[in-house]
Amino acid sequence: MANRAFSVSRLPGFTVTALAVFAILYLPILTLVAYSFNASQSVAVWGGLTLDWYGKAWANDHVKDATLRSLTIAVSASLISTTVATLAALGTTRRKPFKGQTFIYVMINQPLMVPEIVTAVALLIFFASIKIATGYQGLGYLILAHSAFCVPFAYLPIRARLEGMDFSLETAAADLYASPWQTFRHVTLPLLGPGIIAGSMLAFVISLDDVVITEFVKSGGQDTLPTYMLGQMRRQLTPEINAVSSMLLALTVALLTAFFLLTRKKTN
Amino acid sequence: MANLEDRQDARSARNGWLLSTPALVLLALAAVGPLFIMLVYSFLVPGKYGNVEWGFSTDGWTGILFSRDIFDDTVKLADAHLTIFWRSIKLSLLTTIFTFAVGFPTAWFIATRPPRARPFWLFLITIPFWTNLLIRTYAINEVIRIEGLMNTILLKLGLITEPLRIIYTDFAVFIGMTYVYLPLMVLPMFAAIDRFDMRLLEAGYDLYATRWQILRRIILPVVKPGIIAGSILVFVPSLGAYVTPRVLGGGKQMMISNFIELQFGQGRNWPLGAALSMLLLVVVTIALLIYVRYANRETSHG
Amino acid sequence: MPNDAIEARNISKIFGQGEAAVRALDNVSVSISQGEFFTLLGPSGCGKTTLLRMIAGFESPTSGQILLDGADVTELPPNKRPVNTVFQSYALFPHLTVAQNVAFGLQMLGKPRAEVAETTDRMLALVKLDQMAGRKTSQLSGGQQQRVALARALAPAPRVLLLDEPLSALDLKLRKEMQIELKRLQHETGITFIFVTHDQEEALTMSDRIAVMSAGKIQQIGAPRDIYTRPVNRFVAGFIGETNFLAAEAANGRVTLKGGGPTDATVESGRSGAVTVAIRPEQVRIGAPGEGSLPATLRDLVYFGTDTHCYLTLADGSEVVVRLQSPASGDVGLEPGAEVGLSFAPGAAQVLGD
Repeated sequence: MANRAFSVSRLPGFTVTALAVFAILYLPILTLVAYSFNASQSVAVWGGLTLDWYGKAWANDHVKDATLRSLTIAVSASLISTTVATLAALGTTRRKPFKGQTFIYVMINQPLMVPEIVTAVALLIFFASIKIATGYQGLGYLILAHSAFCVPFAYLPIRARLEGMDFSLETAAADLYASPWQTFRHVTLPLLGPGIIAGSMLAFVISLDDVVITEFVKSGGQDTLPTYMLGQMRRQLTPEINAVSSMLLALTVALLTAFFLLTRKKTN
Repeated sequence: MANLEDRQDARSARNGWLLSTPALVLLALAAVGPLFIMLVYSFLVPGKYGNVEWGFSTDGWTGILFSRDIFDDTVKLADAHLTIFWRSIKLSLLTTIFTFAVGFPTAWFIATRPPRARPFWLFLITIPFWTNLLIRTYAINEVIRIEGLMNTILLKLGLITEPLRIIYTDFAVFIGMTYVYLPLMVLPMFAAIDRFDMRLLEAGYDLYATRWQILRRIILPVVKPGIIAGSILVFVPSLGAYVTPRVLGGGKQMMISNFIELQFGQGRNWPLGAALSMLLLVVVTIALLIYVRYANRETSHG
Repeated sequence: MPNDAIEARNISKIFGQGEAAVRALDNVSVSISQGEFFTLLGPSGCGKTTLLRMIAGFESPTSGQILLDGADVTELPPNKRPVNTVFQSYALFPHLTVAQNVAFGLQMLGKPRAEVAETTDRMLALVKLDQMAGRKTSQLSGGQQQRVALARALAPAPRVLLLDEPLSALDLKLRKEMQIELKRLQHETGITFIFVTHDQEEALTMSDRIAVMSAGKIQQIGAPRDIYTRPVNRFVAGFIGETNFLAAEAANGRVTLKGGGPTDATVESGRSGAVTVAIRPEQVRIGAPGEGSLPATLRDLVYFGTDTHCYLTLADGSEVVVRLQSPASGDVGLEPGAEVGLSFAPGAAQVLGD
């Protein structure tokens, strides 16, 4: 900074507060990760470095089971929501505004506006009667619920990408004898690719992290990783939870970093 | 025959609907539709072992504020319910105010970094924003519980002799919510400050304003839309918070979400749970509508 | 009319509805011959690009017809029309290489692989980009991107090539080069070119014929020389080149300048009363007072190198600009304040339609 004498944008105490906020934001997370490597059972005592808790978590059938279920649901929900969101994004962008478009926006963004607990309760009620009527108890309910609330998260980056796309490229393709389908296949889709990948990653993370809706919709023995962890927090706490949390955290951060790199490339 | 243009417009609109249909069906089935079923359930009679029996009743709705004595069947104001509502509102407001108090300087700090450093600081805020809420709540739990990091350090330093009992209090829930919802406050405020024309400050100082006057008379009014956005974004999920009060409140310091859950568990009063959910939905919708109206007015001015 | 590659018949286009409706094209008709270099010239918003996009098939007319080789193509989508466009922004596919861009149209037409490769190579050679075939389009300079866009549009051998202000993004030197290049390409391929520009100099130097457009209407169609020397109205005269407008009086087929003498301009015998005479600045000569047909006072002289611009005031206060070729010494031998007489080159004075 060139001018130390008088900076117009400097406000007293702001920098200190901001740096404290960053420290406080990361301190608990770092503590949590650090204690996943603590050989001692207690947080109060640092017993040296160990990977035991990761080994224990890995050997725990409940964790394995819940992880597999979480991944199954997240992959399915991400695929379904991204597919319908891609279609909806194509349907609602870059065409002359049509009657009902606002209704479609509101519907798609509805999961962002309604509190999770409300959706969770509504789904609990709805699925309870279906469960009674059909007798089906499987993962389908969770996949359906997750797919629905992931739609806006998949939709937004895809729509942003579409809107940032040069319309004249598709015009050029049509001019060069590409049929609408060929234009989509050879021009729109390849250019839309990063948006679709970003959307599906976001949907995946959102599904993987969900606690509330899953907690209400799941049938007995259908714990996902977050609901398993929530259940464990009621009971005794061991660094095993820290290990599981750290792994989930690492996965999320990796996906988000990739997401940011993907969406940033567009602006370059 | 309609002319070519009209037919093309009609086809475009039809394709728009057609392409959106799968998403609409999915959302109608697993997001919007069930809300209507829930509304119906709020007017039914609770079943003995949970669920409902078919029969019209407004008890679900009156049960929000009043309770019927099981012995003499008198109706009186349900103090326990009011305590829970008051706690929800109080903690949500406190969370909103406090996240603003520390979030504003943070957003300002990020927005005034050199352009090349800004994405880095923004990324630091965004990471917690997207990481699992349960994990972040658990991380706070690690710090503030009786044998947690904070007490350990304070005891070792000799600053306290007894561990502080913060966990499972309203204060713990407040700390937790402030921690998990802070990024929601910072991000929209950053967006507003980022658009702020710093030359206005030069003009302000040129016209003899002090730093405090600059803040109060120039910065805050100009970035107000960002402040409103951040406040709504923090207040709305705070009001519906479920995980944080459950983990840090220890099941006793219930907020409205936990109270709703109770009706579907031990409470066995689905209609009351449904009515409470509808109430929460209405409150949140009103908050969002105020925000939308306010935001629209701001943009039409600017 | 088998000679017409493109014909637009009574085309109107209205954007918007009700009070917000804008008439972008107003009953426009034009015929463009096979092999012609035809230019649509006009200021922005005159409807020239709308007309071009209609020929390409990106816009449909509110009323009227587009004919291609005599067949009605008004309702044909762009991908079924043997017409290609060079876009103003080039619209090169960023995910494809130079060669893939050029091959795109041929592939969409389902041409055999060998033919696609052969034509692509030939087109790249034609625009002198054979060395760049494997590059991404983002690695090219503006001029090179322009050539790729040209090669891509020419590769499917369209009946008509549409060029939408293709040179506007290039700097002056490159633009001059590309003007020559475009003429060469048109000559070599024999394809009909329809060129849209707002640059009158570009239009004059390149076109076989020009249609001058304004406010959704075609004001005049003609060869560059006709448009320049015989503008039909004030808009055309003013838009193309610099012009002096002089008030005059018409009677019995003869035209007399207000405050001056008769001219050799002619007018239809039926027309009389006040008319406007247009005269190009380089067609006026400055002589001694009393000479010529119009007395004037020299107000100012500005030296432009090749020529010198003289600003004169007439008796009624109106202004006239005269452009003199600068002599070897650079001094035209006139001083501001001098009283002079203006005379016009034979046939240079034109009476405008309205």
